Amino acid sequence: MPWGEFKDTAAERRLFQRRTMVMLTLVFVCLTGLLARMYQLQVIEHDIYTTLSDKNRVQVQSVPPPRGLIYDRNGILLAENRPVFSVTLVPERVDGMDESIANLGNILDVSEEDLERFERRLREPRRPFQEIPLRYDLTDGEIARLAVHRHELPGVEVKAELVRYYPHSELTAHALGFVGRINRDELQRIDPVNYAGTNYIGKSGIERFYEEILHGQVGYQHVETNARGRTLRVLERENPVPGEDLKLHLDLRLQQRAHELLDGRRGAIVAIEPETGGILALASVPGFDANKFVTGISVKDYRALSESRDKPLFNRALRGQYPPGSTLKPMLAIAALDSDVTTRDYTIWDPGYFRLNESGRRYRDWKRGGHGWVDLMDAMAESCDIYFYEVAVKMGVDTMHSYLSHFGFGEDAALDVSGALSGLLPSRDWKRAMRNEPWYPGDSVNLGIGQGFMLATPLQLATATSLIANRGIWSEPRLLRDIEGDTPVETYLPEQTHEPLKLDNPDDWEFVVRTMEEVMHGRKGTARKAGADSSYRMAGKTGTAQVFSLAEDEEYDAEEIRERLRDHALFVGFAPVDNPKIAVAVIVENGGGGSSTAAPVARELFDAWLLEFGQQPESLVSDVRSQGVNDGSE
Amino acid sequence: MAANDLVDSAGNGGLGRPRGIWAALHLDPLLLFLLTALVCGGLFILYSGADRNIDVVKAQGIRLGVAFVVMLVFAQLDPAVFRRWAPWLYIAGVGALIAVLLVGVGAKGAQRWLALPGLPRFQPSEIMKLVVPMMAAWYLSRHYLPPRNRHVFVGLAIVLVPMVMIMQQPDLGTSLLVGMAGIFVVFFAGISWKLIAAFAALVGVSAPAMWFFVMREYQKQRVLTLLDPQSDPLGAGWNIIQSKTAIGSGGIEGKGWLQGTQSHLEFLPESHTDFIVAVLAEEFGFIGVTVLMILYFLIILRCLYISVTAQDSFSRLLAGALTMTFFIYIFVNVGMVSGLLPVVGVPLPLISYGGTSGVTLMAAFGVLMSIQTHRRMITA
Repeated sequence: MPWGEFKDTAAERRLFQRRTMVMLTLVFVCLTGLLARMYQLQVIEHDIYTTLSDKNRVQVQSVPPPRGLIYDRNGILLAENRPVFSVTLVPERVDGMDESIANLGNILDVSEEDLERFERRLREPRRPFQEIPLRYDLTDGEIARLAVHRHELPGVEVKAELVRYYPHSELTAHALGFVGRINRDELQRIDPVNYAGTNYIGKSGIERFYEEILHGQVGYQHVETNARGRTLRVLERENPVPGEDLKLHLDLRLQQRAHELLDGRRGAIVAIEPETGGILALASVPGFDANKFVTGISVKDYRALSESRDKPLFNRALRGQYPPGSTLKPMLAIAALDSDVTTRDYTIWDPGYFRLNESGRRYRDWKRGGHGWVDLMDAMAESCDIYFYEVAVKMGVDTMHSYLSHFGFGEDAALDVSGALSGLLPSRDWKRAMRNEPWYPGDSVNLGIGQGFMLATPLQLATATSLIANRGIWSEPRLLRDIEGDTPVETYLPEQTHEPLKLDNPDDWEFVVRTMEEVMHGRKGTARKAGADSSYRMAGKTGTAQVFSLAEDEEYDAEEIRERLRDHALFVGFAPVDNPKIAVAVIVENGGGGSSTAAPVARELFDAWLLEFGQQPESLVSDVRSQGVNDGSE
Repeated sequence: MAANDLVDSAGNGGLGRPRGIWAALHLDPLLLFLLTALVCGGLFILYSGADRNIDVVKAQGIRLGVAFVVMLVFAQLDPAVFRRWAPWLYIAGVGALIAVLLVGVGAKGAQRWLALPGLPRFQPSEIMKLVVPMMAAWYLSRHYLPPRNRHVFVGLAIVLVPMVMIMQQPDLGTSLLVGMAGIFVVFFAGISWKLIAAFAALVGVSAPAMWFFVMREYQKQRVLTLLDPQSDPLGAGWNIIQSKTAIGSGGIEGKGWLQGTQSHLEFLPESHTDFIVAVLAEEFGFIGVTVLMILYFLIILRCLYISVTAQDSFSRLLAGALTMTFFIYIFVNVGMVSGLLPVVGVPLPLISYGGTSGVTLMAAFGVLMSIQTHRRMITA
């Protein structure tokens, strides 16, 4: 018998039973204790942990609204949104930034430039958990490769994002402006809630001016995420309100024609529909590809653009401030007639120069030897400087300043064109303030032919021309034609901001228009070549702006002057004369003479708009008929 | 009492004594039923805890199948075999632990495995969960019980040597279980309450010293985290916060099977291993936890009954200690997951995925069945 059995006594057994009872009690107490703990967590504190659990898994995400589209007057899309797939990183969720980027470099093409931009944005202030894009415009192959490696790359996401795209970018960059990434300053300014999911903001032009309605209202979605922040499903969604679409007055065909006409040169064209003030074309040549700016232009590309001698980034139409030269004469003619310093019949003798007094400095006419006897009609048709020197001195600076102000010079009269400059309309006070000098009569002489201190933008010239076409009735220039949404157009485009220019004798308008018609169609008209053989009548005025001044008697030879120092060629005009549909201002930098370079450009635009694009053919026919009557009366 | 047992073993149908086919297979049908219920329920929870990965469930099924075979084998052996082999197994086990400390392999700074040529890789510390109580029971049952003080100290030495060696690997969870298994033997043997009080006082006094001189930094961190999980919510406190959130959000009825958001959305770490009870609590609520606790309690109850009715002191001490080890698993694991105890690597017995602990546990149940079914046929 084994020894264990030998000492198996009842006492040992009872001892074991007692100890077992102790253990059983311990077990019962402990298991009950665990259950009590569970009861505490699951029943008493259930609500707290339910909230914690929901907070864990449910996140509120913003849903950016799609940006409003922009159409031209014929419904052609000028600015749309294109889905672009980009790979983004959330620094808070990435383990090992350098390592992750190195891994991504094996999967995708990541250029030095991408890395540079990424690291720059990594250092910039940003919202927590905001993703930082590393590369845009992923190919299908790259998206597939990323999907395969996704589990190895926490914090790395492929994001589909609607990004602004300008299908006709080179043509419309200056007219529309563009959007770009929200920068630090803008971050301070914008409503953080509404822009919670938005990465882009209008930087210039229409995009900037109408940012508020183009942007729309942000939406939200409650999403279930896992511990790594990956979205698993959408629980609840409040859709964003898309931005409202804009329809512009701009006509892409005319805009394109304007670009073609200036191709290879530097210049600007602004075309306005006089009746509405709608800007039909706003061209600044050379243009640039605004799409490059949307996702962030590379340093190299930006340098190429900004350092180009042709200054493609410079918006000549809105910000180019040129001496208007003789294109100011129609406005001055109105001023001179209405202020009674001249009449339609007043005639002067033009010897080829003008002197304030017998021994004074000679102000030359553009034509050596002068024009001889000239009245206002001749002075306009032949662009006689001497006539305007004289009336300018007679009017004096105050009168000229007053009238020219009414034409919109010296101010930004446009309603919704952001970034337009005001030019410079000189006055006594201005000269005193800026130069600490009195206004000399010689300054008035220069102002009489739009030279000297006076500066105007092509938009201002077109606006003033449009006012003549409207016979004094203002319709402020504007790009927006209609908002396809709830916002009324009137919110942005007030009914009228300028008083009409009323003349003592309203018939003076017709007279000045006729002098401009003479420029185009008259026997001696400076733009008679440009106006020849047309089925409609047009009014215009050529101009030549000196880039640098010549001494009094210095001879001037365009051939000898380097191309960049040649005069700017200008032209303003409108057509048809009696029922104006289009008013234009053309400037060709260093183009030489206005009549030889700028006027033919305007004629092409008139033809395109009135004949080729078939704007209301019936009204054109009636125009031609009325021209016939006019012809007969002359 | 003794007479009753002898009558029972003669086949007169005492309480729950196996008969017929069960006696022939040396299995206890009641315990087998309870274990089977636990294991099957556990596989369902595992499927959810492993985020519907059926491969994990299959692997666990195979592992548990092996464990049942091991149980069956152990049940066939007579308790006397365990008693005879106990000293030799103990010497071999301590030798293996020395080998682990010298040439063991492992990962994450812990050496736990022994890869001997010609043998599969194994974890000697796991075997010690069985061997240490066997050895302690062998030693103490050689003398009259209750043991004299010197026998108690020798018995404790038998326990402490392998326990400290396992702690050096380091493997706090296993060393705790091995130590508790041995100490339960000493307790069941009848150590005097005075001595128990003295040991308790000694532990109380030495605890600060342990804190400063013995415990490693990460172990201290676990204790601190228990006291204030919010101090490091994304680091050490993450597990506790997430498991408490999982349990608490389950409520009374739970979110439903496979509907737990905490575990399926990867917030709950180790959701199919050590923290699996949080999955149960989240998906089946307080009701599910209660059912599990009752099932565990019934198993313990049956095992303690087997211990009490065992025929000799060695069998009683061994059976009692193995039962209480099983209880320690439950208490430490659930206490840890519910934020009552510091995080120690102890799985939920027979439900958590992986490890060799399932095999060891089933071997222990095999020993219990062996004790229950191998009876001396002594007639009066």
